[in-house]
Amino acid sequence: MSTIKKEMRKRKIDSFIKSYKTNKMGLIGGAILAFFIITSIFGPLIFPFNPMEFGQASNVLQPPSASHILGTDDLGRDVFRNLLAGGRVSLMVGILATIISMLLGTTIGLMSGFLGKKTDMILMRITDFFLVLPWLPLVLVLAAILGTSIWNIILVIGLTSWAGTARVVRSQTLSLKERPFIERVRAIGADDKTIIIRHILPNVFPLVFANTILVSAVAILSETTLSFLGLGDTTRASWGMMLHYAFQSGAASSGAYWYFLPPGICVVLVVLSFTFLGYAFDEILNPKLRRR
Amino acid sequence: MELLKINNLKTYFNITAGTVRAVDDVSLTLNYGESLGLVGESGCGKTTTALSITQLLPAEGKIVSGEILLEGKNIANLNDTDIKKVRWKEVSMIFQGAMNALNPVMKIGDQIAEAIILHDKLSYKDAIKRVEELFQLVELEPKRISNYPHEFSGGMKQRAMIAMALACNPKLVIGDEPTTALDVMVQAQILNLLDKLRKDLNMGLILITHDLSILGETCDKIAIMYAGKIVETGYVEDIYNNNMHPYTYKLLSSFPNIHKERVMPDAIKGIPPDLINPPAACRFHPRCPYAEDICSKEEPKMEQANEGHYYACHFGGVFNEK
Amino acid sequence: MKKQYVLKKVLQSLVTIFFVIVFNYFLFRIMPGNPLSMIMRNPRASAEAIERTKELFGLGQPWYMQFFIYLGNLFEGDLGLSFIHKRPVIEVVWSRIMPTIIMVGLAQILSIVVGILMGVISAWKRGTKVDVIALSFSLITYSVPTFWLGIILIAIFSIGLRLFPTSGMLTPGRTFYNTLSMIRDYASHLFLPVLTLSLVLIGEYALTMRNTLLDVLTEDYMTTAKAKGFDDNYIIKKHAIPNAMLPMITLIAINMGLIIGGTIQVETIFSWPGLGRLMYEALNGRDYPLLQGIFLLITISVILANLIADITYSYLDPRVKS
Repeated sequence: MSTIKKEMRKRKIDSFIKSYKTNKMGLIGGAILAFFIITSIFGPLIFPFNPMEFGQASNVLQPPSASHILGTDDLGRDVFRNLLAGGRVSLMVGILATIISMLLGTTIGLMSGFLGKKTDMILMRITDFFLVLPWLPLVLVLAAILGTSIWNIILVIGLTSWAGTARVVRSQTLSLKERPFIERVRAIGADDKTIIIRHILPNVFPLVFANTILVSAVAILSETTLSFLGLGDTTRASWGMMLHYAFQSGAASSGAYWYFLPPGICVVLVVLSFTFLGYAFDEILNPKLRRR
Repeated sequence: MELLKINNLKTYFNITAGTVRAVDDVSLTLNYGESLGLVGESGCGKTTTALSITQLLPAEGKIVSGEILLEGKNIANLNDTDIKKVRWKEVSMIFQGAMNALNPVMKIGDQIAEAIILHDKLSYKDAIKRVEELFQLVELEPKRISNYPHEFSGGMKQRAMIAMALACNPKLVIGDEPTTALDVMVQAQILNLLDKLRKDLNMGLILITHDLSILGETCDKIAIMYAGKIVETGYVEDIYNNNMHPYTYKLLSSFPNIHKERVMPDAIKGIPPDLINPPAACRFHPRCPYAEDICSKEEPKMEQANEGHYYACHFGGVFNEK
Repeated sequence: MKKQYVLKKVLQSLVTIFFVIVFNYFLFRIMPGNPLSMIMRNPRASAEAIERTKELFGLGQPWYMQFFIYLGNLFEGDLGLSFIHKRPVIEVVWSRIMPTIIMVGLAQILSIVVGILMGVISAWKRGTKVDVIALSFSLITYSVPTFWLGIILIAIFSIGLRLFPTSGMLTPGRTFYNTLSMIRDYASHLFLPVLTLSLVLIGEYALTMRNTLLDVLTEDYMTTAKAKGFDDNYIIKKHAIPNAMLPMITLIAINMGLIIGGTIQVETIFSWPGLGRLMYEALNGRDYPLLQGIFLLITISVILANLIADITYSYLDPRVKS
């Protein structure tokens, strides 16, 4: 890459960081997300959770106390440790599913927008098809058929959420394709692959980045909902699974708030943090939304 | 009595980066039936001046001081209710890029009629009849009043904007770059139309533009703005043949002259000024080839060169000697 | 011209529906774990169901014949036999459709009205406390899993405050003396589910309306409207909102598909006897014919809802031609 390009890229990144630092929403979102990522990585190491460690019958559904700061669940296990372990699973599923979704969506969007004509038509029909299918029923059906291992869940969420990204990337690619600089690059002999990777992709990237953040939020919500409905991986302790068991054991009716509140609050905070970040990036990258 | 007299108008914008002194002590005079061309580069304050007249500034903008006398009455400090009575009825506007200045989901005829209904209190039927007359006036087919904006070409939209501006028989019409987006032929037609209407209806017309070439035929007076200030103003003949300010001189000479010898025109060196921290004293001095020490220390006062011809420069007409 | 557009959209929808039927069919046949063989092995399936299934699906015939048989059945409204209920799928679905329609219908109406109002106020008073509160509300409800919100509401209102029942549509075992008391019982059971579903939707509608309106407010035709001398109220009502509503309509249509997700969750939590809960039960009981049938019906409804929205939009936005 030439030095001018390097310099321009550095300037873009610097200006982005500068704008980010002054964006309150982005900072709050970033802080919350960082908090959860750190606790998810280190939490279970410091406070390991053993799902097989049942408590005694007398220790079931106990409110918070000195020995169990968030109380115990319906099997007498420590809710706090469960929460930490759950964070790992929920975040992991969310991130991996997002990666699948973004890779699929971006690739299809790029190909569709750039290659045009028949490819575009076919790909867009498929994309629209997936957009129209109601999400949760589709996921339920797929999960019912494929089984509920954690990898299937990740796959299913990824396979059902790429369509929005594809549409957005396609629009952007279409408008970029018409710009004069693409014509110039072609004139000096660049082939399609080079143009897409070297010229279109970098320009589409900010949009994809902002979109990824929002897709992550949805992915985490999805896993939580799936697990709650009984389609999660029962061997893993995600926040959604905790809520599943909480509901099954009637925690809401018996007032065991320490069981059904914390996992939900964590989900809300993580999703909020992604949403804030997404909003912040959107504002930074889309000048129209900025304040004067 | 003059139709419009602006005295020492200052309009500032309060944004996060600071205070933008968009219009900084501007004075203008316009008589009934006269046309004034307000010229300057992008960002010099011409649109802000126009918007200040009927208080159409965005939330960050405020008229800080000065008077705007419409038929002798100061409208700069009118409250919300009263200024709404002045809008369109006394002073109307033709906006630039009629592309987006018309509501895309409302019929053009209705958009014009609503102003007539509001100010002249006519019934919808009568208002529509008037719209048809207006369409004829601007050479549009009356039956097209039920079209939507996207069904009109650029030139047609501009004519519709003119018809709309005339709807309530205003005394003053302000055209903010009304022909900028149009091609040359259409531009000429629109300008001729505006000129004819102005004379027929004895309206005051302020034509805002960054394009000097269109003003010679259509304006009685010209005012040239730079960095929020008026640097020269006068009747057309004086400005073209007897200009005194280096900026005016530069602007006029940046057009290649068909009749004279073929010489590359000089560009005005430098970049447009920052209106939050404008250059000290004479705002043009950083880009002026004739600037001397005094130009950065003492702000030049308006001097008179002729009847109605004023300029603000320590060395007025210096380029004539060179 | 409009008719052509409508026809085109209808045809497109029919094609999509066909693809959905094909997709749905093969999903349940070709996928690993071949559900059909599982149907045959399902201990819950009665001998009658197995025979019927064999006959219906034409097992033993080539796959394309089986598909055509399926299509044929579909046209006669035969979606197969439910294992759990031992009745035709279509009957089972029909018996549970009204509770869903009522709940979803009420929730949609409530959310649209409140959401749009909130969005308008938010956009108009951008940056003020009202806006911040509304924004926070929208963002939080967007981030909350629907089912969890339901649990919280149950905990607060049903168990804590004892204001509403925790589940079901009517109090079991209760006899009603007149229609009014039955409606009242019905309403008290409806309240929390509708509230849960609405809260999530309101946030989304408010956010979208706010953003769309903010976009519209920056358009040039808003300045034109203001320049004509109209009140803010009039400008928002007649110029801004009609333009902002266009994307809203698209959103409302898209939401038809998304509401299903929320509905399934809400009906599960509140044991509301509708289609969402039916799907959940079918899932747990591995009642494949029922699952397949519900999926198909829900998807077709979504496609139809989108079609209606498309057509409505084309009538509201004059820029949409043939």
